Amino acid sequence: MSGLHRFASPARFLRLADRIQPWTAWTAAILIGAGLAVGFGFSPPDYQQGDTVRIMYVHVPSAWMALFCYAAMAVCAAAGLIWRHPLAHVIAHGAAPIGACFTIVCLATGMLWGKPMWGRWWAWDARLTSVLILLFLYLGYIALANAFDNTTRGDRSSAILALVGAVNLPVIKFSVDWWNTLHQPASVTRIGAPAIHSSMLTPLLLMAAGFMCLFATLLFIRVRAALLERRLRALRHARAHAPPAGGMDTGTTLS
Amino acid sequence: MRPKRRRLAFVVCGMAALGAAAVLSLAAFEDNIVYFYSPSDVAERKPPPDRRFRIGGIVVKESVVRGADAMSVSFRVTDTANTIDVAYTGVLPDLFREGQGVVAEGRLDADGRFRADEVLAKHDETYMPKEVADALKESGRWRGAPEGAE
Repeated sequence: MSGLHRFASPARFLRLADRIQPWTAWTAAILIGAGLAVGFGFSPPDYQQGDTVRIMYVHVPSAWMALFCYAAMAVCAAAGLIWRHPLAHVIAHGAAPIGACFTIVCLATGMLWGKPMWGRWWAWDARLTSVLILLFLYLGYIALANAFDNTTRGDRSSAILALVGAVNLPVIKFSVDWWNTLHQPASVTRIGAPAIHSSMLTPLLLMAAGFMCLFATLLFIRVRAALLERRLRALRHARAHAPPAGGMDTGTTLS
Repeated sequence: MRPKRRRLAFVVCGMAALGAAAVLSLAAFEDNIVYFYSPSDVAERKPPPDRRFRIGGIVVKESVVRGADAMSVSFRVTDTANTIDVAYTGVLPDLFREGQGVVAEGRLDADGRFRADEVLAKHDETYMPKEVADALKESGRWRGAPEGAE
């Protein structure tokens, strides 16, 4: 643990983030650009779905990121609860809105895909419903984290919500295997070879890697802003409660 | 170190208890969580004629018969063990195909036919270009459900 502890200091984290962030930002731009070009320009249409299959190149990576962001958030929340690192809570809060956006993109593109293929925008099957619950968990977490004036209290209660909601993650992943759903089972992360031809798997993985770098970039930006905000609040608090300089307004102080 | 150990144990035990509760409640509600019943489920449970539910399976090859008015259609849905006759009037989704997955919502009538008022296409998890699909079929290495269902 002591090795990881070194990075738990906000100052060290910021120095590390400053160094890595340009790399993640440029890699994200290149990978997403390449993924979109290959996915929409060079990959073949599907033998059943035709060109509609190209929605997959945005839909599936955002679904993966929606799950990944929540998992990262829950791990940070647990670390914050157990080891009381304030930085862990800051990272968890930073990841939440990014994950919520990925979830919204996943749901929106999923609806756009569902209408032409299934014949319906929405179906209350286990996969779609559990992803909608994921979105509500994100929104609830964000609301709870900001509902307290006391930062510590907000950190802890939102961390507990994040951990409770983590039960939903395996439900989302395995919903298509446990129950009959309208949504098809996993194509890439399954036992045996992926059920996607390599010409379509390539843009999918490019986009997924690009989304991962995008997540890292956005997270660095958000965590930096949140750390500065917390420092500012602490300074304001310290100034408001500091003994007055020069004894100008002794009438208002208790001493 | 002591309080950290205790908080760690508390979080681990809490997650385990929560997981167990989730597993038990999901198992208890299984009938409500499934989106459709397979023809075998229907044969086993025999739902009453007035109950609306969904069935799902593969459209049997060469079972699709279009009616005279071009809007009514009948086909058979199978899970390879059991088969149900489905009658439907309305527009079929683009992806509706013989040998592909389908989900239909409606009621069973007295003689065991399923009267659907909504038909949805369900596709499987394989994605490939048309040429690859044709080549696989030609070489006899096709192993999807479509060819397997009659």
